[in-house]
Amino acid sequence: MRLTLKVWRQKNKSDKGGFETYQLNNVDTHASFLEMMDVLNEQLIEENKIPVAFDHDCREGICGACSMVINGRPHGPLKGTTTCQLHMRHFNDGETVTIEPFRANAFPVLKDLVVDRTSFERIQQAGGYVSIGTGSAPEANNIPINKNDSDKAFDAAACIGCGACVAACKNGSAMLFVGAKVSQYALLPQGHPERNERVLNMVAVMDEEGFGGCTNTGACEAECPKEISVANIMRLNREYISAKLSVEKE
Amino acid sequence: MALDSKIPSGPLGEKWSQYKSSVKLVNPANKKKIDIIVIGTGLAGASTAASLGELGYKVKAFCFQDSARRAHSIAAQGGINAAKNYRNDGDSVYRLFYDTIKGGDYRSREGNVHRLAEVSVNIIDQCVAQGVPFAREYSGLLDNRSFGGVQVSRTFYARGQTGQQLLLGAYSALNRQVKEKSVELFTRHEMVEVVIENGKARGVIVRDLVTGEIQRHAAHAVVLATGGYGNVFFLSTNAMGCNTTAIWKAHKKGAFFGNPCFTQIHPTCIPVHGEYQSKLTLMSESLRNDGRVWVSKSKGDKRKPQDIPEEERDYYLERKYPSFGNLVPRDIASRAAKEACDDGRGVGETGMAVYLDFADAIKKYGQHVISERYGNLFEMYDKITGEDPYKTPMMIYPAVHYTMGGLWVDYNLMTNVPGMYATGECNFSDHGANRLGASALMQGLADGYFVLPYTIGDYLSGEILTGKIKTDSAAFNEAEKNVRAQIDKLMNVKGTKSVDYYHRKLGKVMWDKCGMARNANGLTEAIEEIKKIKSEFWCDVKIPGTANELNPELEKAIRVADFIELGELMCRDALHREESCGGHFRSEFQTPDGEALRNDDKFAYVGAWEYKGENQPQELHKEELVFESVHLTQRSYK
Repeated sequence: MRLTLKVWRQKNKSDKGGFETYQLNNVDTHASFLEMMDVLNEQLIEENKIPVAFDHDCREGICGACSMVINGRPHGPLKGTTTCQLHMRHFNDGETVTIEPFRANAFPVLKDLVVDRTSFERIQQAGGYVSIGTGSAPEANNIPINKNDSDKAFDAAACIGCGACVAACKNGSAMLFVGAKVSQYALLPQGHPERNERVLNMVAVMDEEGFGGCTNTGACEAECPKEISVANIMRLNREYISAKLSVEKE
Repeated sequence: MALDSKIPSGPLGEKWSQYKSSVKLVNPANKKKIDIIVIGTGLAGASTAASLGELGYKVKAFCFQDSARRAHSIAAQGGINAAKNYRNDGDSVYRLFYDTIKGGDYRSREGNVHRLAEVSVNIIDQCVAQGVPFAREYSGLLDNRSFGGVQVSRTFYARGQTGQQLLLGAYSALNRQVKEKSVELFTRHEMVEVVIENGKARGVIVRDLVTGEIQRHAAHAVVLATGGYGNVFFLSTNAMGCNTTAIWKAHKKGAFFGNPCFTQIHPTCIPVHGEYQSKLTLMSESLRNDGRVWVSKSKGDKRKPQDIPEEERDYYLERKYPSFGNLVPRDIASRAAKEACDDGRGVGETGMAVYLDFADAIKKYGQHVISERYGNLFEMYDKITGEDPYKTPMMIYPAVHYTMGGLWVDYNLMTNVPGMYATGECNFSDHGANRLGASALMQGLADGYFVLPYTIGDYLSGEILTGKIKTDSAAFNEAEKNVRAQIDKLMNVKGTKSVDYYHRKLGKVMWDKCGMARNANGLTEAIEEIKKIKSEFWCDVKIPGTANELNPELEKAIRVADFIELGELMCRDALHREESCGGHFRSEFQTPDGEALRNDDKFAYVGAWEYKGENQPQELHKEELVFESVHLTQRSYK
């Protein structure tokens, strides 16, 4: 198939950037979107041009590295699919495809389609863990956990930290990402001793990093490649209010 | 040079506990004065860095990804083994040890493997306490499933995303230490050289992948936890960025490379479909619990799978290996698939695939049960191929997945270079010639959480008076100079072919001649072909852009330059090992019914290769494997 690509090109953080248009004449419909990008880059190298920089690694939908907005949608048109798992059979011959980086205040562009998502790291470092040192764990089956709770905790833990929720949100909010991590621990007994500090610290860093507020549009859930539910945002709000109240009581 | 494995004396079951009681310790006040560098943040690296940070050492951790959480351990699907015996099915530490030694075709060390089996139980406890959401039963207790090569259910899992959940657990432990300031984390930084001073590892040179800046970092010990080198084949199930550069630079600075030819070809991957293909996708081995592998009994059968009646199907694993059936170890399942395809009975457009069929399991348990077990894998298959495995059998074919070989390490996980350690897949230590399913996650976390934190004290107790290591020494100057020279040389070739062109070319030679079956002629040719690829690469590679910016083509070029040299060593190792064992199948050495024929008299050793200089063949050193507890037998899964 033939494609016209409009790709965001930006030399570095301080460059203003803009779209460039490229033609691809022989794209295999079985190729993945990133393999199509590889073909584009081979063509650019051939033409003595600079290939397009983009983040990618596992190419099986789990590492969370790939981060492109395709035709206006983070990770493209398919539900529950990362860019690397999107295949060209979902596009039409002759189509024009627009490719941009994830855009948000808290995700500055480093080059072309590569963005800096270390703001997510700092949120996790603020409290996204259970303080259990190596070697101090009790026997695993001493902590029975209701299967339903455990399954729900898993659903939240399935987040791959790609940032599509932020890119999809008109406010650039990270509530789904933070909600998922807070929920995982709130649903499990292991997370309970630190639940108040965790949610307060993570939300504080989230705000410092310049992520926007949540106005309940649900765009994050709609674009999440792992279909993380907005119920996690509700749980985040509940945890936050409950933590605030219990801190006040003290 | 005699290689000392430093296996403690005493009965097998007591070696590790005795060792732990007698190993030298570093007191807490002194730990603060000791710097440790950890390269890689997958299961092995993150658990190592977090545990050492908790102990009070000053740790610097590096990864080339934009987040530590994206290391390729994240993609492991099936599970993690532990000898908990929660199923009451006769499992024990000894049985896990025995299965691993046998599965590895008797080419690993008894002492290391027994220790691995012992600490396996602690790993599960640790991960559960971290909040890893393992699969549970309605009782609220942990669930298990079985995996290839064993007859007990000892595999813990988190749907088809076990690696992800375990890595996020280790990543959370790492983040906690980052907050505590005991670990300093450097993302988008790639190690490009190791610094050796007076025979000891004293630091690394890294490249900041965003700015291109070359940096020096010093430490009293360097731990490499950089994963496997399967991308030497270009197409593999590894992530695109997985590479050999860190361990290859270590090798060129004196670390011996153990059993480089031992490569695991995983039997259940989505088949190759086109020239543009960038990687292969694994379908978890756990699928073989319920999926039945088959091809048609007749050659060139082009009918749809649904149209081939039961009596005309060859369930060849069940036929050839009745006691293990579809759950034979990976090397055996892969070779059997290759045989069926070589025999002209492969399926699909290319004839290079076999069926993995769930129809019987769906009939027996219902679609909802199969969906609960493998839902995400079925979806992934559907997304990639456009076919629904609930309705039509999956098509699968073997692909490069894991490398058992790696840097030679002793019982302390230290290479022969003092102060340089290797943990996880990048060392050679525990899996022999073939790794069993669900053992990679176990080894990565065992090394990082429960082995290295103990064993590293043995060396570091001698470093407490050393003081801060300086980065302005002659050794650092020299190392940085070499790095800059290599980058300049690459940037100045200004040739005509892209890096991928050479990588694909290398991969094809490796797959054709050093892949699932090898022979002396092919390997000899491969060595010559790789030499040619090397000289062409250095004369004609084309890297656009500059070295002082984010430049993915330069990153790839640095890695591919090392893959080319490693490929040659793998072929030499495969050529010298005149036997078949595990994943190393030399077609000259097989039993009359086509099984691997080991030669224990001549080859029951670890082949550890010493670098001898540019364009010189490496020198082989042998560590004889001593078996005190198990009796070496012809591996049989029939």
